Amino acid sequence: MIGCRYKIRGTRYGIMNIRRAFRVWQRHFTVYTKLYKSSIVLNFVEPILYLLALGVGLGAFIKDINGVPYINFIAPGIIASSSMFAATYECTYGTYVRMTFQKTFDGILATPVNIDDLIAGELIWAATKSMFYGTIIIIALSVFRLVDSPLVMLIIPVLFISGLIFAELSMIYTAVVPGIDSFNYYYTLIMTPMFLFSGIFFPLDTFPPAISCIASFTPLFHLTNICRAFTWGNVSHVAGDIVWLIGMLIVLVPLPFILMRKRIMK
Amino acid sequence: MQIITAKGLTKNYNSLRAVDNIDFEIIKGECFGFLGPNGAGKTTVMRMLYCFAAPTSGEIKVFGMDVTKHPSTIKSRIGVMPQDDNLDLELTVLENLITYARYFDIPKAQSVKIATELIEYAGLTEKINVSIKDLSGGMKRSLLLARALINNPELLILDEPTTGLDPHSRHNVWEKLNGLKSNNTTLILTTHYMEEAEKLCDRVAIMDSGRVITIDSPANLINIHGGNLEDVYLKLTGRRLGE
Repeated sequence: MIGCRYKIRGTRYGIMNIRRAFRVWQRHFTVYTKLYKSSIVLNFVEPILYLLALGVGLGAFIKDINGVPYINFIAPGIIASSSMFAATYECTYGTYVRMTFQKTFDGILATPVNIDDLIAGELIWAATKSMFYGTIIIIALSVFRLVDSPLVMLIIPVLFISGLIFAELSMIYTAVVPGIDSFNYYYTLIMTPMFLFSGIFFPLDTFPPAISCIASFTPLFHLTNICRAFTWGNVSHVAGDIVWLIGMLIVLVPLPFILMRKRIMK
Repeated sequence: MQIITAKGLTKNYNSLRAVDNIDFEIIKGECFGFLGPNGAGKTTVMRMLYCFAAPTSGEIKVFGMDVTKHPSTIKSRIGVMPQDDNLDLELTVLENLITYARYFDIPKAQSVKIATELIEYAGLTEKINVSIKDLSGGMKRSLLLARALINNPELLILDEPTTGLDPHSRHNVWEKLNGLKSNNTTLILTTHYMEEAEKLCDRVAIMDSGRVITIDSPANLINIHGGNLEDVYLKLTGRRLGE
């Protein structure tokens, strides 16, 4: 029986159609154009607060890290973290509300759009938002004169890739949570430690090797390295981090689809 | 001509058998009702019909195609009016329909025209640029019905189309469904209102605990078993529909 079911799944939902995924993206975009005025300022305020409080406040005591003024040290990481939170929010609370309370998924899945198209649309939308929010921070940093190189523009396409990874991770969690309260665990036990221990606020070499080893497995660690490299214009080591992100993107990609099919197509 | 054939259709949810080895055929142009209390398996049958859940065993063909193999093609030709209101709350009445039309790849200019006509059909022309939040329950049901018609479907699936509506809005929906019927659209609906089944359905399948007990026209059922459809139901299942 299990074999039979598996086969049915394989034949039935196996083919993702990018045009239909784009229809889902368009729906989210249309809705977002209605809401952005109220949400964009909030999303923009928090990272700037971190930058000012830590960069200026704490920076007065720290002076520099490896010869870099503290505010310049943390600024690129703020690009990374705000894009991470944008994708994560979208595929945790956003996806969950659409899937359960609003029943948006039921409406979409009654059309030619299938489950895999829908999940792909959700992920691509989250990555788009991630890229957009990161770009706003890049603009803000440029205004504050915290950008040293025009290469900073190359961060934007990377934010799409990392956005997809954060969306995939969030979607995997969303596919298995029993209720909306469970997202607290994801934020407290995964997002906050990743935010604090990915080398955004201090270099990890002061910690025991185990910590920096764990950190090097998180996408935020690599994204922060990439953001630094392009913001400072020092790109000699950036290729390894980019390859790592692309590898993680590919390794994770089947999971949100498999788990969401299991959750929704009962 | 059969538009739907189901053979030995079974659906398990873990250890629960929601639909238990049922057979039925639905003919083009008829209005077919699934009648039964909550938990009888009606909604599960509907979900399998519009490719939302795969059968555990047996098969179900819509337009001669297996639902597990050609979901998009099948869904492009059907309309679904869900039991729950799942309109996009942030969008206006018109935007809701245009967004929905995009899922069917209807070009923008054409979708605006169709949407405007359907909004008129739903009696919501004055509300065309109003947010969904500002519509009454009856208006939302009318809009859900209009949305289900956006792709000019050959088959319309209605899951409890009038549950929770006041009598006036209910008659309003019935009138529209009768209009669609005379337009040769095949209708499938689930309901637990006998009056709804008697008024609209050419044939009904009476369901209980995942099984189909009988399929016949309301008039025949009343002739054979006596009384009204409510009594027929009580006789066949040993309980009242409202229970």
